[in-house]
Amino acid sequence: MHIAEGFLPPLHAAAWTVVALPFVIAGARRANRLMQDQPQTKLLLAASGAFAFVLSALKLPSVTGSCSHATGAGLGAILFGPSVMALLGTVVLLFQALLLAHGGLTTLGANVFSLAIVGPWVAYGLLRGTQRLHAPLAVSVFLAAMLGDMATYTVTACQLALAFPDPASGIAGSFIKFISVFAPTQLPLAMIEGLLTVVIVNLLRQYSQDELRDLQTFSRWPAVEAPS
Amino acid sequence: MNRNNLGLIAVAAVLVVVSLVLGSRREGAKFTGADEQVMAVVTTLQPDYQPWFSPIWQPPSSEVEGLLFALQAAFGAGVLGYYLGLRRGQSKSNSQSQSRQPDRVDAGD
Repeated sequence: MHIAEGFLPPLHAAAWTVVALPFVIAGARRANRLMQDQPQTKLLLAASGAFAFVLSALKLPSVTGSCSHATGAGLGAILFGPSVMALLGTVVLLFQALLLAHGGLTTLGANVFSLAIVGPWVAYGLLRGTQRLHAPLAVSVFLAAMLGDMATYTVTACQLALAFPDPASGIAGSFIKFISVFAPTQLPLAMIEGLLTVVIVNLLRQYSQDELRDLQTFSRWPAVEAPS
Repeated sequence: MNRNNLGLIAVAAVLVVVSLVLGSRREGAKFTGADEQVMAVVTTLQPDYQPWFSPIWQPPSSEVEGLLFALQAAFGAGVLGYYLGLRRGQSKSNSQSQSRQPDRVDAGD
């Protein structure tokens, strides 16, 4: 879910746009450099964007009796590093804002910040952190993708709480109200995102060793033997 | 597709089904978007808040909206499937050409 069009006061909408913009520009530069330096990874970059397209199009039912969707932003973040996802995530959000009236142009900055910046950075950080602790790769990838997804929705709840503080209990009270709508709905979906990201990473380790070797984030990761 | 991956996909599918079953037991479960619930929270916190901007274009019906969501998923799945299929084919043909006996020459293609 994204913050709907017009649902952040103008000042907040402008502020989040200003915050998100440098990340998106840096992401575009990084993607550009990647395509020049390592053109062989271009297709994998497209595939990572495609994964985010698929996951954010599937509205899944949740235990709360409502529907939401995953983000798919973790995969690209752990493959290419988080900054590239700022660009890919913006493309997805722009598509949904313009063609599906899902999210919006005025709230684009806030949604980019949560989905395309914080989510990917959390995913990337968790991957590196858990790998340093020698966690099995599948566990690392699962946690990175799942908690990156949860982080996105936590940030969304923060953004809404800042814009709409509770008259009695303030920003904190308002945050609790928003997060209690998001968290239980998103938890099973985030787990699904984690599982599917592990599936894709398994396939890449099996069939795309050359590209993974070129990407620094994956350089130390062992290949999966193809089943005979 | 190895066994591990099939297992992971099966667990994901079970999660969807369990969510659907548990979700439909809840009172007033309509499986509408969580977006709407959140916007309802906004209205309780600030009853006089009016969205100050509305979408430039909206799908004229939920059918058209469904079409566009399906197109988005189909496009993504197509690119992803193309990529994985391509690499799978390439790695298969690589390993075949490596394991081929040097003295054996294929009679034409």
